Amino acid sequence: MNRRPADNPVAATVSALLIPFMQIYSLYLIAHGDLGPGGGFQGGAIFAASLILRAVVFGLDREEERRLDTIAGSLAAAGVLVYGGIGLLCMLRGGAFLEYPALPFADPKTAYHLGIYGIEIGVGLAVAGAMLMLFMKTAGSRDD
Amino acid sequence: MALKFAFLLILVVCAAAAVRARDLLSSVILLCAYSLVMTLTWTLLNAVDVALTEAAVGAGIVTVLLIAAMGRTVSREEEPEPAAAGAASALRRALPLLAVLCTGAVLVYGTLDMPDYSDPSAPANTHVAARYISGSVPETGLINFVTAILAGYRGYDTFGETTVIFAAAVCASLILGRGVRK
Repeated sequence: MNRRPADNPVAATVSALLIPFMQIYSLYLIAHGDLGPGGGFQGGAIFAASLILRAVVFGLDREEERRLDTIAGSLAAAGVLVYGGIGLLCMLRGGAFLEYPALPFADPKTAYHLGIYGIEIGVGLAVAGAMLMLFMKTAGSRDD
Repeated sequence: MALKFAFLLILVVCAAAAVRARDLLSSVILLCAYSLVMTLTWTLLNAVDVALTEAAVGAGIVTVLLIAAMGRTVSREEEPEPAAAGAASALRRALPLLAVLCTGAVLVYGTLDMPDYSDPSAPANTHVAARYISGSVPETGLINFVTAILAGYRGYDTFGETTVIFAAAVCASLILGRGVRK
């Protein structure tokens, strides 16, 4: 994959308009998973799709490719760590694994809410990272 | 109702065309169309969470991954050898058809005993579902009880799923990245 000016003006214009919308929408889905449809998985997948769309339409140079590869792996690992970390934090505070009311917040309802919020972020990071990892490995350039 | 049947018809046509196409790119694009119609079907069934996932993963990312994978292999299937005439080859062609028809008949027979769609007295709707629907808002404070079930009541399962996704991505990268010098 090489960095290049998009060779199709229609694809370039449409994706330039769509990519920011997709990214905001993915964050919205992660943040509002408790109120409406969506959540970490959907938000993470749409966020990864926005970066993949950008890479497909505009291409990536070597430097960007290497950076995206590193970021993807770190995101995926960080997501699992955030999820597991919240579970362990609940245990440290004397609850069971993922017993959100044990989290250090004023009342159990807030703790429950913020705990779920936290693990949705974890799921989103893990899914976005995993999708990007798979994309980079199948579509990225190979040196052999 | 008519819309549902139209979607089902398009799904069957897309699936059959994807199998029949000799060009892999056509197959992949037909599968993408299949996923888009599936997204509309999920929306009709009020499964918006599933529809979002189907649109992003099924129609979007999987299509890109399949096209990228095509770059690493040949993208056309070889023409099948002209079938030899004779009773033996006719039998060989009839056997798979027979097997598929029998399997299909068994599956259709199995669906006859299934409860109607959204039947309130179906076993799936009489045990924990009622408890989740009535109990999740007072117990968890979350308005979307799909999220309350996934992240609250079944937090262990979702943790397992997240770990599985992570492990699968790591394994796939290790396998695909083998032999690549950076």
